[in-house]
Amino acid sequence: MNFLYAAYAATWIIHIVYLGTLVRRYQRLSREIDELKKK
Amino acid sequence: MKRVFPILGLLTAVLLSYALYEALVAAPTEQTMGNVQRIFYYHVPSAWTAFLLFFINFICSIQYLVRPNPVADKLTNWTVLAIAIAACIAAFVIRPLPEGMEPSSVATTGLAIAGLYFLIKKCFSQTRTDALAVVTAEVGVVFCTVVLVTGPLWARPVWGIWWTWDVRLTSTLVLWLIYISYLMLRRFSTSGQTPVLAAALAVFGALDVPLVYFSIWIFRTQHPQPVIGGGGSIDPRMLHVLLINWLAFLFFAGLVCWSRYRLEILQREVEETQALEAMLEPRSRR
Amino acid sequence: MSKSSAVPSGVTAATLAKDLRLEWRSKDALNSMLFFSLLVVVVFSFSFDPNAEESRQIAGGLVWVAFLFAAVVALNQTWARELRNHVLDAYRVSPAPANSLFMAKALGNFVFVVVLEVLMTPLFIMFYKLRALGPAWQLIPVAALGTWALVVNGTFFAAISLRTRSREIMLPLLLFPVSIPALLAMVNATTAILTGELSAKFWIVLLTTYDVVFTIACLLLFELVLNAE
Repeated sequence: MNFLYAAYAATWIIHIVYLGTLVRRYQRLSREIDELKKK
Repeated sequence: MKRVFPILGLLTAVLLSYALYEALVAAPTEQTMGNVQRIFYYHVPSAWTAFLLFFINFICSIQYLVRPNPVADKLTNWTVLAIAIAACIAAFVIRPLPEGMEPSSVATTGLAIAGLYFLIKKCFSQTRTDALAVVTAEVGVVFCTVVLVTGPLWARPVWGIWWTWDVRLTSTLVLWLIYISYLMLRRFSTSGQTPVLAAALAVFGALDVPLVYFSIWIFRTQHPQPVIGGGGSIDPRMLHVLLINWLAFLFFAGLVCWSRYRLEILQREVEETQALEAMLEPRSRR
Repeated sequence: MSKSSAVPSGVTAATLAKDLRLEWRSKDALNSMLFFSLLVVVVFSFSFDPNAEESRQIAGGLVWVAFLFAAVVALNQTWARELRNHVLDAYRVSPAPANSLFMAKALGNFVFVVVLEVLMTPLFIMFYKLRALGPAWQLIPVAALGTWALVVNGTFFAAISLRTRSREIMLPLLLFPVSIPALLAMVNATTAILTGELSAKFWIVLLTTYDVVFTIACLLLFELVLNAE
């Protein structure tokens, strides 16, 4: 039974981690866009 | 465009929750394996999604390589059409079909491949095709990782082993490795023609997978081992839950790809602007 | 301007002769490779000290892993010299088809790696007390096809790796996943021949298919890789 929950949890952890990296990249990009706009 | 995203996001969340409920609660408990079998409802849709994404990457890579050359381009168009027609004919002419294949699904797959090919060709310019290739490779790797993690978690309680070199598991592992190397090439390449090199690698990978499949098949014929997740028919109620989960994950994958795609396009625009700035700056200082 | 994909043997032969001559004269690469191969065999022999029966089961895998390492080291040097002297640029603007350059490089690497294998094999036989129980002559097509499988893709990926940071690690990263079916075939064919238990025929057919498919793919795509600056 534990394996079942572990598998489902692992699936979502992997997806959330990836989405987290996307969010971080978006933030970095919007900072760069702001810098470009200032110039 | 921007308003569609939250709506789709909500729809996807609802679908995923419903699918999760179906998988954990509503689906019948399997006789021999018990509740652990429910991992199947996450493992298999993730695999199908990963393979679909990698296939789209393959189409994008081929198009990126072939489009600049009009002769090769036309040749590829005709080849794709030929494959679709051959699939339709073969579906109804070849008797009996290999186990598990229905005539309608073979024909539909052939048509879907051609449809996907020409759809991508129509809607994406050369650079955008490359962006789509990056996106599908990345998200494909994510889904493939899920497959490779849930697989052993299912195998261990049911068959007592974490891993075995059977056809499907090994092919999935090789596919995962190939696409990780693809992403590394993209990251480490200093060439201006990275898309071309990466596309070539993707083509090599695509050629490799059937060979992997076949080589493991020979190996297993010579060294018979337990079959994991065997074939055979599936209870229609379980099939229903499986398909619901697949639909939910497809929506989810679609949204993730869309976000990643927008990020990629934006990133390229920013890089272009930065490059332009770097070129113009010294002049303005004079 | 698309260059023809035919392989004029003149250009290939000339480039191949040049490469082999250079290797022979410099001897640096050759010597270091030889010593590396010897070290690999010795280290493996220390790690596994099986009796004759067991050794036949595992020797197939060990030998090919050793050959794989030796091939990667050889391949890494393949384009380095060209790059140093900007020879690649000269090739790009010359009317010689990209394919002949590729074939020359691949054949040169093939010869190089085969020489290493020929030198490493007696050592393996000695350390592992190897004796083939099956048809030993089949080992020759297996070795030839297997080496070509590694070399043809290795040369192609070495050219791709030229334009990356961390060049030396990029080559094995790209080469190993794609080579998995070929490695499986090589190892199993060798084990089948050594133990005499099974037929190596299927594996040889697979290796041949692999070689044909990827040689064609490399020849078709190499021009794109060469022109990528």
